[in-house]
Amino acid sequence: MPDPILEARSLTKIYGQNVIFKDINIKVTEGETIVIIGPSGTGKSTLLRCMNLLTGVDGGQVFLDGKEITAKGYNEDEVRQHIGMVFQNFLLFNHLTALGNVMIGLTKVKKMPREQAKEKAMEELKRVGLADRADHYPGQLSGGQQQRVAIARALAMDPRVMLFDEPTSALDPELIGEVLGVMEKLARDHMTMLVVTHEMGFAREVADRIIFMEKGSIVEEGAPDDLFDHPQHNRTREFLWKITELYGKKEKEKAGKS
Amino acid sequence: MLVNFVSYIVQGTAITLAVTLIALPFGLVFGLTLALLHTYGGKVLNRLAALYSLFMRGVPPIVLLFILYFILSGRLLNLSAFWAGSLSLGIVSSAYQMEILRGALLAVGGGQMTAARAVGMSRLQSIRYIILPQALRIAIPPWSNEASIVLKDSSLVYALGVPEILRRAQQLSATTQQPFLAYGTAALIYFLLVFATNRALDYLSARTQLPTHP
Repeated sequence: MPDPILEARSLTKIYGQNVIFKDINIKVTEGETIVIIGPSGTGKSTLLRCMNLLTGVDGGQVFLDGKEITAKGYNEDEVRQHIGMVFQNFLLFNHLTALGNVMIGLTKVKKMPREQAKEKAMEELKRVGLADRADHYPGQLSGGQQQRVAIARALAMDPRVMLFDEPTSALDPELIGEVLGVMEKLARDHMTMLVVTHEMGFAREVADRIIFMEKGSIVEEGAPDDLFDHPQHNRTREFLWKITELYGKKEKEKAGKS
Repeated sequence: MLVNFVSYIVQGTAITLAVTLIALPFGLVFGLTLALLHTYGGKVLNRLAALYSLFMRGVPPIVLLFILYFILSGRLLNLSAFWAGSLSLGIVSSAYQMEILRGALLAVGGGQMTAARAVGMSRLQSIRYIILPQALRIAIPPWSNEASIVLKDSSLVYALGVPEILRRAQQLSATTQQPFLAYGTAALIYFLLVFATNRALDYLSARTQLPTHP
């Protein structure tokens, strides 16, 4: 097995009396897409934030390319350049155009010359299909477009790995597809990705591995087909059943009609 | 006679403007520093900035003006009445400007900082390139209000003997026995200055507004 790009070893996070998650072990290897699923409030988002040091950890370690980034005195700002992150609520910089959003990390963090940064940013916007929206401000873009710009912003830094924190949860249903489409393309291009999502269709189609998390621990993990068709744990089965119930019914109706 | 009368008061306008143009930027720089310390500076600095603001806003400006005047123009610093008065007004205003900017920083929201850090920016870079450009935009309308308050409060330095608009109006009123004309002229000048300031800042606010619709 190749060396992991991003690895969490017995990672633990505690807020006051609340254990958010405990002893989490995750290895993300090059080109792999891992999807984390599970009920709300089980610490999935916090886990992602701990893995790029946006939130401090209370135990365990995180490694990026074999180096422990949770070690004392490690340069956090330097680390985050290499770990792209996409948020549920997009968090585009409101005072900058789409192009400005993608450029600013390049010019201010990577100290890239403006012209070169602009070229690179335009490429990334093309990659998410928004080159024609380069001079639009976030307030002028739809949710789906904003999230695609956010993806371009993260990609522009040429990260080793991309973290997605429920990237489609805040979107109107008809806008979800365009974001998932971009993510699918990334997965096909062998971008290394760790995705928290409730989109089961995406998980099944795109993930190399699925992790089911509940109440702060990993209950089960495996290949999508194994996990969806033969879940080993009762809780996994219940969760999958609940979340696919509605979707499944619709599918059946459709099948019945045709 | 009337021309002399009016031109005497108008000459005070230059001093009023000078006092304001010292007090406002001084208060802005000082107030912005305090707002940043209050918001991002950790517990101790947060408390200190809050205490400063509480005291400065809890005492009438004229009282503070006298206290600060006697400190600034005492043996230690020995500033002229003009400078001591202007800086004192700036110190008083810094507390109000701090509150305006603090509110603006809060309005920008923590998410912008998170996103900036996620791109790899340091805290300082995030504040400079992401937070401040947005916070300052938000702050323009309330700041316009503060600017007009400082402009009007600059009349307080008359109590220190600085010959600005009000001081001159008072002198004329005493020598010519025409209080209505004297103070009426002063009022009109203040009104025009405040009006122009607010209109200019409205224009700036409109010019820097971020587009929301296609």
